[in-house]
This record gives sequence, C-alpha cells and structure tokens, in this order.
Amino acid sequence: MKSLEELRALREKMKSQTDNRSVAGSDETVIKVGMATCGIAAGARPVLDALLDEADKRQLHNVSISQTGCIGMCRMEPIVEVFKDGQKYTYVLMTAEKARKVINDHVVNGNVCKEFLIGEN
Amino acid sequence: MRELALHILDITENSVSAQAKHVEISLDVDFERDRLVIAISDDGCGMDEEMVKKVCDPFTTTRKTRSVGMGLPLFKYSAESSGGSFSIRSEKGKGTRVQAEYRISHVDRMPLGDFGGVVLQLITMHPEVDFRFSVKNGERSGQLDTAELKEILGDTAALNEPAIRNFLREYIEENLVSLYGGGL
Repeated sequence: MKSLEELRALREKMKSQTDNRSVAGSDETVIKVGMATCGIAAGARPVLDALLDEADKRQLHNVSISQTGCIGMCRMEPIVEVFKDGQKYTYVLMTAEKARKVINDHVVNGNVCKEFLIGEN
Repeated sequence: MRELALHILDITENSVSAQAKHVEISLDVDFERDRLVIAISDDGCGMDEEMVKKVCDPFTTTRKTRSVGMGLPLFKYSAESSGGSFSIRSEKGKGTRVQAEYRISHVDRMPLGDFGGVVLQLITMHPEVDFRFSVKNGERSGQLDTAELKEILGDTAALNEPAIRNFLREYIEENLVSLYGGGL
C-alpha cells in the first residue's frame, strides 16, 4: 500500500536532481483545454489526459498544459487552444488521438495540424 | 455525461469558480441498502435563497459566454432518473452542498466511471484549492487530503511533476478506488 511517507522520499529525491523546468523561457507553449459542462460532456477529460501523457512521454519541459472554462462554442467541444510563437491556434472537435497528433506534429515539430483547426470545420 | 465521475468533476468546477478554498467530496457506497451517495460541499461564495430555487433550471447560469447552464440540471436528472434523489443547500457567503443519491442496481444508473482520474485531475489542475476526498464502502473507508500532500511537497508546482502524478495515480487507486472495487 502506498503511503505518504513514500511521497516524502520521492520529493527529497527530486530536489537533488537538477530542475530542467526552470530553464524554460519565452519559447514556452501554453495549451488550454475547455473543461466546463459542455467540454466535459463532449469528452475533454480523455483529451487532457492524452496531452499530459504525451508531453510526459516526450519529456517536454517547456509546455504548460492547463484547463479553462467554457470557451463559448459548445458544439465544437472538446476544444484545445495552443498558444505558440505568439499565435493562438484553436483545435476543435478533439479526441485523444488527435490531441497526441497535435503534440507530436505541432508542439514538437512545428507543423500545425490544419485539418483540426476551427476554420476547417 | 456518460459517467457519474464526470458530474463530480463538473460540479466541483463550480465550487472552484465560486472561489472555494476547501472542497469536500465524498462517495458513500452501500451495497446492502443498494445506495450510492455522492456529496460535494465547499466554502465558496454560496447563493441566496432565490438563486438556489432556480439553479436547477437549465436557463440559469452565472457565466457570460452563454445563457444556459446544464451542469446541475444534468446531475439532478441523473439521480432522479435512477430511483434516487437530489438536494442542494447553500448559504450566501458560507458555501454550498450538493448531494445526489442513486439506486445502485437501477437500470438507468450511469456507471461511476473513472473516479480516480477525476480526483487526480482536480488535485493537479487546481493546486490552490484544498480538496478532501473520502470513499466509504460499508465498514471500510479511505481519505485523501490535499493539504497534507502540499505540506509534504512544499510547493504546489510539484503536483504536476510526472513522477508525483504517477505516485498520486497509484495512491488514489490503492486508497480510494480499490475500496469499491473499481467497477461500479
């Protein structure tokens, strides 16, 4: 059974390692997932989980992933907003698979996934 | 919504929007009495009596982007359509308590779904809020208090470190989800 003592040990271990996150600068990518009733009902939770999982797998340290409220276009949910290179990209009708593709193609390699953008739907 | 866990997430997001600092979420499973009770109470801004009366009307909301709010009406419906009941109590400036009761064996009761995942999401996405989760199944019970976690971690940013997330995922699984066996 996991105990909170283990968490304490884990935390001590992490402190001794160099923190890569602190070097993340202005090139940070911010990703937001709509998590109001509309988003949740449309499946925003698997999308958020997929984004976090993919960013973890690829050890992306300059990406911040968080959730936000209703973005205002409920029928387009789940919506993922990516703020990168001073631009905002709105991905709509997302799924977990699409979210992984956005991380791989757009966030990592810089190729916008045009087919999922709002203008294309 | 396809899972009761998603209702829990949705209603708790309301608490966070209401500037709650402490939110208690409890899941009480009683197979003998065929009852499942979900309760969410917070110390947020609360509502006056008039608002409480109309808050389960889908055309009542505080948000500005649209004039409909489906969260509470859907939650209420999920309980009442499965032989259960729903109640909401609130006091302006004190907080709100929402409770839904289900008949476990009712054919229209939604599955609980990924409750553990919702717990993890709430903890990591709202590090500024203290959550207290408790699960009870007959004699057995389990708790998770995020104030304790934060005291051990020192700073809240650590909650989103992958290693900590993985620890929390397993901790939630073992201390909360396993109490009702996962599939409910």
